[in-house]
Amino acid sequence: MKPKSDQAGVYVSGTTHGEKPGESFQGTTGGTEHEPIVRMVEITKRFGEFVANDRISLDLYRGEIHALLGENGAGKTTLMNVLFGYYQPDGGKIFMNGHEVVIKGPDMAHALGIGMVHQHFKLVDRFTVTENIILGAEPRAGFTIDRSRAREIVERLAGQYGLYVDPDRRIEEITIGAGQRVEILKMLYRGADVLILDEPTAVLTPQEVHELLNILRSLAAQGKAILLITHKLKEILAVADRVTIIRRGRLVGTLPVRETDAATLAEMMVGRRVIFNLDKAPFQPGRVMLTVRDVKEARSGADALKGVSFSIRAGEIYGIAGVDGNGQSALIEALTGLRRIASGEVLLEDKPIHNANPRTVFESGVGHIPEDRHRRGLILDFPLYENLVLNTYYQSPYTVRGLIQPLAMQKQAERLIQAFDVRASHLNVPARALSGGNQQKAIIARELSRRPKLLIAAQPTRGLDVGAIEAVHREILKFRDAGGAVLLISFELDEILALSDRIGVMYEGRLVGEVLPHQTSEEALGLMMAGQTARGVKEA
Amino acid sequence: MIDLIAQLINITLVFSSALIFAAMGGIFSERAGIIALSLEGYMIGGAFLAAVAAHVYEQLGWGASSAYLAFFTAMIAGMLLALIHALATVTYGADQVVSGVVINFLAAGLSVFLVKVIYQGAGQTPTLKTAVFSKWSIPYLSDLPLIGPGFFRMYPTTYLALFTVALTAWILWRTPFGLRLRSLGEHPAAAASLGISVRRYRYIGVITSGALAALGGATITLTTTGNFSHATIAGQGFIALAAMIFGQWNPHWVLLAALFFGMATGLKNIIQLYPWARDIPTEWIYMLPYVLTLIVLSSAISRARPPKALGEAYDLSRRT
Repeated sequence: MKPKSDQAGVYVSGTTHGEKPGESFQGTTGGTEHEPIVRMVEITKRFGEFVANDRISLDLYRGEIHALLGENGAGKTTLMNVLFGYYQPDGGKIFMNGHEVVIKGPDMAHALGIGMVHQHFKLVDRFTVTENIILGAEPRAGFTIDRSRAREIVERLAGQYGLYVDPDRRIEEITIGAGQRVEILKMLYRGADVLILDEPTAVLTPQEVHELLNILRSLAAQGKAILLITHKLKEILAVADRVTIIRRGRLVGTLPVRETDAATLAEMMVGRRVIFNLDKAPFQPGRVMLTVRDVKEARSGADALKGVSFSIRAGEIYGIAGVDGNGQSALIEALTGLRRIASGEVLLEDKPIHNANPRTVFESGVGHIPEDRHRRGLILDFPLYENLVLNTYYQSPYTVRGLIQPLAMQKQAERLIQAFDVRASHLNVPARALSGGNQQKAIIARELSRRPKLLIAAQPTRGLDVGAIEAVHREILKFRDAGGAVLLISFELDEILALSDRIGVMYEGRLVGEVLPHQTSEEALGLMMAGQTARGVKEA
Repeated sequence: MIDLIAQLINITLVFSSALIFAAMGGIFSERAGIIALSLEGYMIGGAFLAAVAAHVYEQLGWGASSAYLAFFTAMIAGMLLALIHALATVTYGADQVVSGVVINFLAAGLSVFLVKVIYQGAGQTPTLKTAVFSKWSIPYLSDLPLIGPGFFRMYPTTYLALFTVALTAWILWRTPFGLRLRSLGEHPAAAASLGISVRRYRYIGVITSGALAALGGATITLTTTGNFSHATIAGQGFIALAAMIFGQWNPHWVLLAALFFGMATGLKNIIQLYPWARDIPTEWIYMLPYVLTLIVLSSAISRARPPKALGEAYDLSRRT
């Protein structure tokens, strides 16, 4: 089966784009137009008792964009790590151009023409773009690196595939989108014919996503085979030719994208019907709960606060959209007592809470779901029940006359686990042993247990699967409907648009616009997130 | 006055040479991501083996070439100690600070112990007579005023040390090896994903640091002290470490930093020759290089930008 008959013209041997500096893999003679470039047959991979991949088959053709869809933990990354040689499969075979291969490591994957763009970029910040691209396969002149030739090759590749980068800039000076182009160039430089991209859009603005999808189309049109790992249905529908869905380590199926739709894909991915639209009660704002007035920090930099003002009412979810690194973290920390501000004020109802210590802030009625649940949300090696009272352990009944009362803590923990449906085998298991979704539910349970006036939810669904996301969203909406004020900070525009009653867009430490969700679009938000002036409705 | 300046330049270079070797060694290790706290231990090992080997070669009647042979023999001691450090930190992922401290204690204890064993309970090795370096006078250049005696009447080790700086810079910034080594100090996972063996390059970096620091130790034995005792190195490995940090892990800046610390040591020796300095207690004069190290470091360290992945064990199973 061949995905696109009109692509026949580009089924050329893998080395025609050959800027390969090192040894290059010469496409074997067995390859024909109808032969997939990669064929994975019944791949099984176990980690101890756990079967991460259970007889999964997948084939990939030149000129094709093939999406691999599945929830977190479904086994997508494991399967790709097998193809990239990080793991050896416990069963199954891999064929390239019709010949069986055993891929022993990234080295060999490169030699076979397989390149991987990791979700977390593997770029050396202090090296230049060129240095990052040539690292490990440097063009030489005698004993030294031939820098001018390296630069030339990079520029030529960048031109050929429309991946604009400045070869002499250091990675720390370029944008995330540009960093991703460097990652792709790294693979093309090594002569990759098969490109694996692991969740490539997670860190990009909508415009950058658009640009990336165009790049992928152009790469496929020039004969590259592209495997796109993602859980975003929209992107698959926009760019992929075929999609393979896996669930809990098993293959659900492979189908052409034009014969499917979002609802079908979501159902295949999760294994049940997914409700896309949240039942959101009408917006009934109460009095102002939080007032943030011209908050500035003493330091400078793109991620420092340079005068942020907004307010949130009771019963309102105020969403903050923005690309990572534009001051969101500083804002969260300033509101929760973790960071000092130089000027401006933060009022909870009428009480100033800026520059107070975190416990004072919490006691005045602020709940906080931290950005990084592992670093700030939980003490991973402490038992679950202790984690559930981390913010109140010093109060009665958990501490009486200076002594900790484990029984009282356990009782409270049991109540919270029931109420918030936290699934754990035991109260005593370390928080580390819980799944991401249950860890997050535990944090929410703890933060909401004291009935705060304001809930700060930072990236509340990062890394969670669809089911857990639904649960978290439900809890946040429940809190809002009960009259709580919510500050929601997220890089996921879908989430911001679905939950918020008002949206502020943050760019370089300022709110550059404030819009209503039903009066804006992803495109408009994306432009603001990239620093364009707001055209949205400014509401007082 | 001119004489004094020439003398100061000369003595600065003499005392800097050992620091330069060790600090360049430190760069190789830390640029690869492994903390070079054990420079002190490598220097002690090098100084010890140089003294013993030079004495043996002297006994064999090898004359002046004994010093050269002993100088390079000394590298073995540093490389062996570095191998332990590499084994602990690279292969077994041990805490690099702990391993470094252990190596320093090991070298200090073992060297003094072996001296006692080899030389029938003596506290130091026999003082070398012929197997020490003598200064080279570069023809014509050494006759120039000021710079002649300042720069061109020098131990061969000083010239070699300066050459090592140029070589280090060339290797690290011009060769593929250097690019790869530096990538390990910044982002080992990135290097590994491109097929660079983290283990192999880190071993090379650490063992090179042992070899170079041992040359530093040997320099002290074979040019200044003429024997080895527990007080021969006396913290110079830590001063070299300070020079490396002060010089921002950059060979040329590190050279300047080493010269600065070398000058402090040199001043200590010159000051004592003057009558007006007799009233200053010797302890105060001897403190000078260490106090300077402290002052400089406490101001420089906040601005220092070490290799990003310095001190992190690289675990293959954790791919983040």
